[in-house]
Amino acid sequence: MAKVKGAIVIDVERCKGCCVCIPACPQDVIQIVKEVNGKGYQYAFPANHDACTGCINCAIVCPDGVITVYRVKVES
Amino acid sequence: MDINEIIKPENLVYKKTKLFTEKPLSYCPGCGHGTTHRLILEVIEEMGIVSDTIGIAPVGCAVLAYEFMDIDMQQAAHGRAPALATAVKRLMPNKFVFTYQGDGDLAAIGTAETIHACNRGENITMIFINNGIYGMTGGQMAPTTLPGMKTSTSPFGRDVRIMGNPLKITELLANLPGTYYVTRQAVHTPNAVRKAKKAIRNAFEYQKLNKGVSFVEVVSNCNSGWKMTPNDANKWMEENMFPFYPLGDIKVPQLEKA
Ligand SMILES: Cc1ncc(C[n+]2csc(CCOP(=O)(O)OP(=O)(O)O)c2C)c(N)n1
Ligand code: SF4
Ligand code: SF4
Ligand code: SF4
Repeated sequence: MAKVKGAIVIDVERCKGCCVCIPACPQDVIQIVKEVNGKGYQYAFPANHDACTGCINCAIVCPDGVITVYRVKVES
Repeated sequence: MDINEIIKPENLVYKKTKLFTEKPLSYCPGCGHGTTHRLILEVIEEMGIVSDTIGIAPVGCAVLAYEFMDIDMQQAAHGRAPALATAVKRLMPNKFVFTYQGDGDLAAIGTAETIHACNRGENITMIFINNGIYGMTGGQMAPTTLPGMKTSTSPFGRDVRIMGNPLKITELLANLPGTYYVTRQAVHTPNAVRKAKKAIRNAFEYQKLNKGVSFVEVVSNCNSGWKMTPNDANKWMEENMFPFYPLGDIKVPQLEKA
């Protein structure tokens, strides 16, 4: 059966750490790190990246549009 | 499968639209202004009308919208965006013209311009960000502030006996003969974003028909003004704003019978 696997890339320097992407993700992929970026914001990070399906939910709710999403079909 | 094998150009499914300039958005973290800007730009890009669109920026937090949207734009005096849009559209009737306005701009100082542009049936699109407050100037009460809602000028909550009733301007505008399409949306969840984008697309498509104003309200958070975290503000919005400002279409075009 074909499965989909996804991956996200977060533009860390433009992330404002608002956390809006976290409840938007059905797979609980995203967390906020303790470190801060150049603007002083704790930024988002795909802590549970393996669970990502590339559904783009996080990217379309991100007010700053900093998430890029990739998806592939994997035959298993 | 290794994550780096997935991150390849051929697997790209979503990326920020090229119609954003390189400037970082000036909005507070988690503010719906940014999301709404993006949806408008995605619609303009997908419709292939980049060089045929003129936007009018308001006064309010979105005063610098023209710095972020890489399209032709003008910036109007506070509340006067519909008047400026009227002029632009009448001079260039083949262009897509839209205003982008907050509730202080559209429903307070600009009430006259809003109502008359909508009543005249100007062939423009109006995008209305309703966060129930004057965001830019420090969270003062707006005509849209809910009964009981605390703001910097109603610290004990809006008392309607003294401060008057909130104005459901969108319902009022839907009653005018010059509005063709009127809808109320939100942008705080993936589903809401998908619906809001469809509504904005509809609004721009309807503009081609020259049948009057297409109007999209976006109920949005002002988490700074409401003094909450963005996710708490979105929850508060669902629990308090949506019952008073219910989401959905308010006026849809009556399709002429073939
Ligand atoms: C003629 C005039 N009056 C008052 C102001 C001050 N002012 C700037 S923004 C604003 C309110 C904006 O609120 P809103 O339209 O709700 O937008 P938001 O900032 O919430 O997005 C006011 C009153 C001004 N700039 N010009
Ligand atoms: S929604 Fe965007 S800006 Fe906010 S934390 Fe997530 S990635 Fe960062
Ligand atoms: S693409 Fe979907 S599954 Fe992957 S992180 Fe974003 S919301 Fe979660
Ligand atoms: S003050 Fe309110 S409306 Fe303005 S950018 Fe901040 S959250 Fe958004």
